[in-house]
Order: sequence, then C-alpha cells, then structure tokens
Amino acid sequence: MQVIDLRGVGCPTNFVKAKLALEDIAAGETAQILLDDGEPVKNVPRSLKAEGHKLLGLRQTDEGHYVLELEKVED
Amino acid sequence: MSKAQQPTKIDLSNLKSGGFIKERGKDLFTVRLRVPGGRMSVPRLKKIAEVAEKYGGEFVHLSVRQSIELININFKDFDVVVEELGEATQKVASCGARVRVPVACGGCEYNPNGLVDTQKSAQEVDEKLFGTATGHHKFKVAFAGCPFDCPKSATNDVGFQGAIYPQLDKAACISCGLCAKSCVPKAITMGEDNKPVFNAERCIWCGDCVKVCPTSAWSEKRRGYTVRIGGKWGRNPLVGTLFATFLPEERVVDFISTVLEWYKEKAEALGRIRLGDVIIKEGPQALLDHLRKQFPDNTVTATIPPQVIETQVGIRS
Repeated sequence: MQVIDLRGVGCPTNFVKAKLALEDIAAGETAQILLDDGEPVKNVPRSLKAEGHKLLGLRQTDEGHYVLELEKVED
Repeated sequence: MSKAQQPTKIDLSNLKSGGFIKERGKDLFTVRLRVPGGRMSVPRLKKIAEVAEKYGGEFVHLSVRQSIELININFKDFDVVVEELGEATQKVASCGARVRVPVACGGCEYNPNGLVDTQKSAQEVDEKLFGTATGHHKFKVAFAGCPFDCPKSATNDVGFQGAIYPQLDKAACISCGLCAKSCVPKAITMGEDNKPVFNAERCIWCGDCVKVCPTSAWSEKRRGYTVRIGGKWGRNPLVGTLFATFLPEERVVDFISTVLEWYKEKAEALGRIRLGDVIIKEGPQALLDHLRKQFPDNTVTATIPPQVIETQVGIRS
C-alpha cells in the first residue's frame, strides 16, 4: 500500500500534494495518508471525499499524527 | 464669442431610486452601482470599466457593501451614464430610507463551506424588494452561506445564515472519528462504544460532520436559514438576535416582507429609527408574535433584544 507522508505540510499544499500522489496509483487501490493534527486532519479528508475518493478510516498514532486510509476512485 | 450658457437638462426620474451621492466640491457626484450579492458578470464589469473611463475619475471604489462606485461623475453626465450603462441591466443602487442592495457571500455553487444558495436569495430579494421605501430609515439584508458568517449577517436589519441540522445513522458509522475531529464547537465526541455522541445544545449547524463523513452516516435532517434581526453598525452598533431557525430558502422574501410590515407600523411617528431600536422599544416578543402567524415552524419561542455594543466613546441616552 502506498504511504503518502504529509506530516509537516500545511494547507492547502498538503491536499495538492495528496492529489498529485494519488495520480500515480490505480483506481481501486488503497493509500495511507499521514496528516498532522489540527487543520490538516480537519481539512484534507473532507477535500479528498469531495474529489470522489472513498475514505475507509482514520486513526491517531501514538506519536500524535493521523493515518487516513482511502481507496482511489477514478472520476 | 463666449460659449452660450445652455440650461442643463437632466431626467430627474433617474435620481428617484437614489444611488447618486454628492461629492466634495462642485458638480461632482459618486454613482453607486448595484451589485446584489457581490456577483457581477464579466461583460458587465467590462461595460462599467468603459463608462468609468469615459466619464469618471482615475479609479472606482468598491464599497463595503459590495457595490462598485463610479467616482467624479459630473451631474451633467447623469443621463448619458445611465444610458450607456444600460439601465435595464445596470440599475444604480439606492441610498436613503429604503431596502438596500443585499450583500451575500459566494454561496454554495463553488464554495465548499456554503450550505445554501445565498446568491439566489440575494438576487430574489434584490428583484422583489430593492428600493422599497421603509418610511423610517435604511434597511439592510445580508446572506451568509454557513455559520462561519463572512458577511457578518447579525449586523444587518435582517441577517440570514445558512444552516443544516445533522442526524446520525449509527449502523452506517465506521467509527473513524472524523466527525468528532472536525467538530470545532465539540458538539460531537466519540463515546465508549466508539460511535459519535451528539450534544445538540453545542451544535452551531455548520454541517462539517455531514461533509466529512466517509459513509454518509451523518446526513442533514433540516436545512435553511438561521435568522437574526435588529442589527446595525454605525454610531451606535447593535447585534441582531435570533428570531427564526431553518427558514426555507424559498420563504426569504416573504419573511423580510413580514418584518418590514411590522417595522413600518411600529415605527410610526418615531422618526428616523432603525428596526433594532424599535425592537428594543417594543420588546422582541411583539415581533416574534407577528412572525409566528406566518412562520409557525420557524419562529423561535423566545429571544433577547438586539445587543448593544459598547463603543466606549459617547454616552448613549
């Protein structure tokens, strides 16, 4: 599974980077996106959902950042 | 031979709706153009630029209520300016004791936060109520698409704020916790069963939970406008208070008309007085009772008077 590490990347650059990274994976495949707490975890999942991708889950790691799991959906 | 003094002819009917504002010095006026909701088509913008270049000064001014103001227009050019702007499509805006051009945020077509179509509401109000004489004072309306409220709706005589009330389908929830994470007012927290717990009293109806929910477990139960009435800014600011909730978008014009009806009647013989000060005088319950007849499902049971903002300069009587 592809891991897209967006820790330390602010909004909206993190969302644009996620979009670019998702271009490289096939539809139906899943990816893990690492997001900082705060604005990134509030904004990026919602924006990716609006792009049409399927959000599968979200969990917080012991280090404090979040892991968003999603399935790429081709438009 | 000296130039013959021709008498100046102006079509005074153009001035009736207002929008021509005297400037400092001789002969010059500002012409305030109507831009309901702040939306302007690109061709219209080009047309205005042409007319401004031909008859105005070196710049235009963007008013705080989203109008474009042509500066340094000679009063002798009023007729030709109105004609060249194309009066049918570009009416000048109003001033005085009338319903003003409504202000609105971008709405919901392209703005991801927008919950309701504020642009449509602003166009409707502009079409049906713009320029209506109140008999007392100015009357301002604003539309915010969501509770983040960029247009500062509660500083208007009637301010509308888009809202949705969320409901949860627990069976569809995958316990991801995104809703709780997104909920700024902390109306949603994760319970011991790892499912969301909703505290309705904390909810500001922003809909962020619905937008973020991956499985549509959160959905909207009600949608409409939160309505605050009696606000104003200026010398003695008031913040409008809550009179109606989840007002359907298609009832906005009726609602404002009902408020106007009450204002016209209750402000009789009080002179130049804004709606908020009339509410303080009459008590908010009187307006609530009037609204409830037409809007029983939306009018709140009780409210507080418009809130006085202490400016710390000048003592208020």
